[in-house]
Amino acid sequence: MPVLNQYLILSAILFSIGTAGVFLRRNLITILLSIEIMLNAVNLTFVAFGRALGSADGQIIVFFVMTVAAAEAAVGLAIVIGLFRHRESLNPDSFTALKW
Amino acid sequence: MGSESALFHLFGAIAIIASLLVIAQKNPIYSVLLLIASFGALSGLYVLLDAPFVAVIQIIVYAGAIMVLFLFVVMLLNAPHEDTEHDLEVHPLLRGGPLRAGALLAAALFVELTWALTKGGGESGGFPGAAVTSVAAIGRSLFTDYAFAFEVTSILILVAMVGAVVLARREPGTK
Amino acid sequence: MTALLIAQIVLTLFVFFMLLNSAAVMVYVERKVAAQLQQRIGPSLVGWKGVLQPLADIIKLMFKENLRPAAADPLLFALAPIIAATCAFAAFAVVPFGGETTLFGWLPEGIRLQVADVNVAILVVFAVASMGVYGIVLAGWSSNSKYSLLGGLRSSAQMISYELSYGLALASVLLLANSLSLTDIVNRQGGSWWHVLPLWYVFLQPVGFLVYMTAGIAETNRAPFDFPEAEQELVAGYHTEYSSMTFAMFFMAEYINMVTVSAVATDLFLGGWHGPFLPASLGWIWFLIKVSAILFFYVWMRWTLPRYRYDQLMAFGWKVLLPVAVINLLVTAAGVLYFGI
Repeated sequence: MPVLNQYLILSAILFSIGTAGVFLRRNLITILLSIEIMLNAVNLTFVAFGRALGSADGQIIVFFVMTVAAAEAAVGLAIVIGLFRHRESLNPDSFTALKW
Repeated sequence: MGSESALFHLFGAIAIIASLLVIAQKNPIYSVLLLIASFGALSGLYVLLDAPFVAVIQIIVYAGAIMVLFLFVVMLLNAPHEDTEHDLEVHPLLRGGPLRAGALLAAALFVELTWALTKGGGESGGFPGAAVTSVAAIGRSLFTDYAFAFEVTSILILVAMVGAVVLARREPGTK
Repeated sequence: MTALLIAQIVLTLFVFFMLLNSAAVMVYVERKVAAQLQQRIGPSLVGWKGVLQPLADIIKLMFKENLRPAAADPLLFALAPIIAATCAFAAFAVVPFGGETTLFGWLPEGIRLQVADVNVAILVVFAVASMGVYGIVLAGWSSNSKYSLLGGLRSSAQMISYELSYGLALASVLLLANSLSLTDIVNRQGGSWWHVLPLWYVFLQPVGFLVYMTAGIAETNRAPFDFPEAEQELVAGYHTEYSSMTFAMFFMAEYINMVTVSAVATDLFLGGWHGPFLPASLGWIWFLIKVSAILFFYVWMRWTLPRYRYDQLMAFGWKVLLPVAVINLLVTAAGVLYFGI
């Protein structure tokens, strides 16, 4: 029977993997994917705690987190498309100069 | 029961390995597909946590909609890898310098998170009490206690939709 | 206990086998009905009245060479038909096709004719349908050819656009039935009004039924919404580069998706396995009859209506079908609140 701590450790691992992805990868799309991994780890924490406390609040917050993640992914990808059109590159290091 | 623990370890292992491969893949399409596999494993974990509604919503929204969006963008941009000459010789995760510090920071974050989350004393066996699994209960709570957040979310999605269309639009007259 | 376990395993294998058979039967039915509509005879040489024609087709497809373009991504090229076929089969796992039956008294207690009785069954069908998009979009991408990519992207854009109306039509039935479980929804449609009109939801939700069928036809990429795989326009679209068994898997996935959409429509709107003269344990006969009627309607639509052009198709999905589905949902909600159904 998995205990609450095991779920929390699993979510901590996933969150750290997502953070490592944001730090280490130099590709805008992979960075956005790592952000999604982090959001999912947070979702897992919410559902685990909601189950432990016996309330539906965990699942409801997850509902909102998913909605916000969808909106953020849409706008983020639109920005990536705009940036790619300008510089033909998905490397964030190409966008360090502040002139357009 | 032993089977629940075995399933937890199976789904957890799939989620972790898939996430590791997501950040390790050079080809963005493989990253997206591996992330879908990770989402599937998380959906299994939600079922184990007696949250079938969240499990199915995870597949519908995350794996079925957001990832399709990512896949479309990757295909339309014909997204290259991190195409510097350096990248072609050395794998993106193995480059030295400040990136190694980033990996150390992530490891430090993991240690801190584990310490903070497990301080609450959750080792006592199993999950006590009853779970709220019925969609009716979730719906009732959503439309009464969280009604304001629900309405604001709908405006948020509208703003995101309009914003995405405007940001990705080609200016008339350019290529 | 073990008798039930064996019965459950046999039921799962039986459903899988019958879905495979249904794809083969649909091949024959489509060609025969098309022939009748076009005033010709259709397959008639292989077996009595051409009944063995699907078998001949399958054998022919098995003997063809399994090609892969040199520039195609081998992993994704092999994965795409697997995803398409798997999602097509998986959606049927939660669809009930019969009432409680003891299999003619062989079992100690009745089992329901459903592989998995989940209490969020409608959402599972919807989830698996949205995963089916990946088979098509990966097929289009991995073939590394312009026609395939265009066909794949167009087809998947069409599928995700019509998923919205599909979901809203499902939501209208949910309002009436107060439950997400398909078994509950079917059980609420037993009985009849004044012993004449059965209590099916199609009489309470005619617009919802039309929206569901239209969205279902668009989801399965069938005519008149089959522009992405039209032979005249796109050289067969996303499955251009596939041959032999991989092509057969796409083909089969499309027919099984049709069967799933028809089965879910029967459960939601046409009362599932309820019908006069037969007890609930033999209800699967009525289920078969209703699903066959809807499948005939599908084939009839294909060979009667001209094809929508792609921009007309997308405009219809977003500007006509989605508002109709939303208004239907609002009216249903108002009706449930006012009449207390």
